[in-house]
Amino acid sequence: MSELFNLDLLYFLFPLVIASMVPLAVVALGALYSERSGVINIALEGIMVMGGFTGVMTIRYLEQSTSMPLQWIAFIGLFIGAFSGMIFSFFHAYASIHMKANQIISATALNLFAPALAVFVARTLYLTRRIVISGNYRITAVPVLSEISFIGPMFFTRAYLSTYIGVVLFIVLTIILYKTRLGLRIRSCGENPHAADALGVNIYKIRYVGVLVSGALAGMGGVVFVLSFATRFDGTVIGFGFLALAVLIFGQWHPGKIILAALFFAAVRVVSSTYSSIPYLRDAALPAEIYRMLPYIATLIALAIVSKSSRAPRAAGEPYDAGKR
Amino acid sequence: MNKIGRLWESLLHKVADRPESISVLSSILAIVSGLLVGLIVMLFVNPSQAFPGFITILTGPFQDGLASMGNTLYFGVPIVLTGLSVAFAFRTGLFNIGATGQLTMGAFTAVYIGVNWGFLGPLHWVVAVLGAILAGAIWGSIPGFLKAFRNVHEVVSSIMLNYIAMYMNTMLITQLIYNQQYARAQSPLPSARIPVLFMNNLFPGSNANMGIFIAILFVIILHIILNHTTFGYELKSVGFNLEAARYAGMSEKRNMVLAMTISGAIAGSAGAIMFLVAGKHLEPVNHLMPEGFTGIAIALLGLSAPIGVFLAGIFYGALEQGGYYMQLYDFMPEIIDIIIAVIIYFAALSLFLRKFVANYLRKHIKKEVQLQEGSEVK
Repeated sequence: MSELFNLDLLYFLFPLVIASMVPLAVVALGALYSERSGVINIALEGIMVMGGFTGVMTIRYLEQSTSMPLQWIAFIGLFIGAFSGMIFSFFHAYASIHMKANQIISATALNLFAPALAVFVARTLYLTRRIVISGNYRITAVPVLSEISFIGPMFFTRAYLSTYIGVVLFIVLTIILYKTRLGLRIRSCGENPHAADALGVNIYKIRYVGVLVSGALAGMGGVVFVLSFATRFDGTVIGFGFLALAVLIFGQWHPGKIILAALFFAAVRVVSSTYSSIPYLRDAALPAEIYRMLPYIATLIALAIVSKSSRAPRAAGEPYDAGKR
Repeated sequence: MNKIGRLWESLLHKVADRPESISVLSSILAIVSGLLVGLIVMLFVNPSQAFPGFITILTGPFQDGLASMGNTLYFGVPIVLTGLSVAFAFRTGLFNIGATGQLTMGAFTAVYIGVNWGFLGPLHWVVAVLGAILAGAIWGSIPGFLKAFRNVHEVVSSIMLNYIAMYMNTMLITQLIYNQQYARAQSPLPSARIPVLFMNNLFPGSNANMGIFIAILFVIILHIILNHTTFGYELKSVGFNLEAARYAGMSEKRNMVLAMTISGAIAGSAGAIMFLVAGKHLEPVNHLMPEGFTGIAIALLGLSAPIGVFLAGIFYGALEQGGYYMQLYDFMPEIIDIIIAVIIYFAALSLFLRKFVANYLRKHIKKEVQLQEGSEVK
């Protein structure tokens, strides 16, 4: 049992938890922007696939035809992923905001379209559904900072560039949502759009901002998913987008609690993927699938616990109709 | 020209007199839009082959005569069933995006019974199908219970259950019915296969079997439940206006659970129909089965009415049969998935499409049209 709590194991697992936690929190924050503005966005999964697809295609191209430093390539890939995620989410925004469409159905269309397009293009270009990248984007040790005792091995070894970008984005976007005029407008559109409209806020414009921000963050999250957890892209992010949605609900639509929820789900994810390196679990010798199911089962249980008292923005999911009060 | 104009006008009058035909028109518009986007993608990929390929998609069922017609039915049946599953839930105000998971559990159960319970003799396949229905019903009831008693949104919970079913399927196959040599599940015994009946005489050279009659049976049963029973009326009331239904003394919790259970049962039967076929094998691959998601498109196109879903499902079978020939033209068959996704997107815009048609009618023949409330989820 003492083996379970040694420091080396902690230094091994903690960076993995951070690597999962930050993208989960960032994508969930995107969902928060969308829902706070009044649009439910369950298209996160599809947007992540779209972002991952374009980002990884870009990265593959840069790897093969330039000799750019790896972290530069990663940065460009993340940017392209975010950009295409934003463009793609526009379709959901247009349907939900201007066309007053059913937001769940329009999002489902996006969730199905992205993997279909990704696999179609990959098979057309490379004859296989897989897009393989060769670089290893993990930073073994951040200079200077990794030397600090305890904090160094916990936060600055075996890290990813995207993690630090994610942390900065999370802080900046949280401040924008809660401390600026734009943030106040976004939140008012999700709670009481008629009141906001009466005060001269353009509901449609604000909702576009909310959805497009979520699209950019999810698109970037898709690239992070591939760079951190795989070396290839198969046209899927195996439910990571839905997991982020669960983080939002479990985090009760609040950034601080979203971080805690992301920590919980990230820990479950890490157990699910590294069980064979954790002494106690390795000895249990259960089928691998049991561990793979864990994040999804944890989501069900977590939702069953918190959903009874939902803190969802009041107008989320309802198309804005100026004539309806 | 004048003649055509007059013909068009009389057609418009006919549409205006029957508001439900506007909904049908919006479905057709969605299909046309999906096909057009498919054509555009094909033009991007390979302009010279795009038109011949596109025409093949449209004429898939007629490429090889009766055999391709039989295969159209064969491809269409599972989608009719998942479409019915999703549509039934829609009618009760629930979005069953978990048909995939229910289908997976049904498929495993059917194959497990098909491999092991040979002692059942001529009843073997019937029991296998019933087992699949039961497994799907149980899997579908979980999001029903979670929604009714814990207020968990059925979309999120059933998506999680899809992934759990996917891994569970892999685990159970490798633990219980693994065929090491081919790295897949063992084949069900011949007695467990869905009987072909006279379908191979009707459509020689195709895979058609009596699955189509099972699908028709479900269409009839659901049509009767929804339109001619008190139970169906209650289910629809809960879907239409929860508060009013509660006020009228209907138990919304009970109805939610029952609706999801029935929806899951239908999706489960699709799993049996898909895999109790000679030459088809359940594989331990961690990949969500797309049939459940396609069912969403079919339910929307069929306006959530059993008969509409049947027609839309057979239409899908035709598309799939067309997609089967796609590689002859250097297109990947995923082009069909792209078309389906776009159709769903435009089906989501159906309110807009219907308003568009109504506006057109108002302008051109000066007739006011009362739009029906959508029967899709709220």
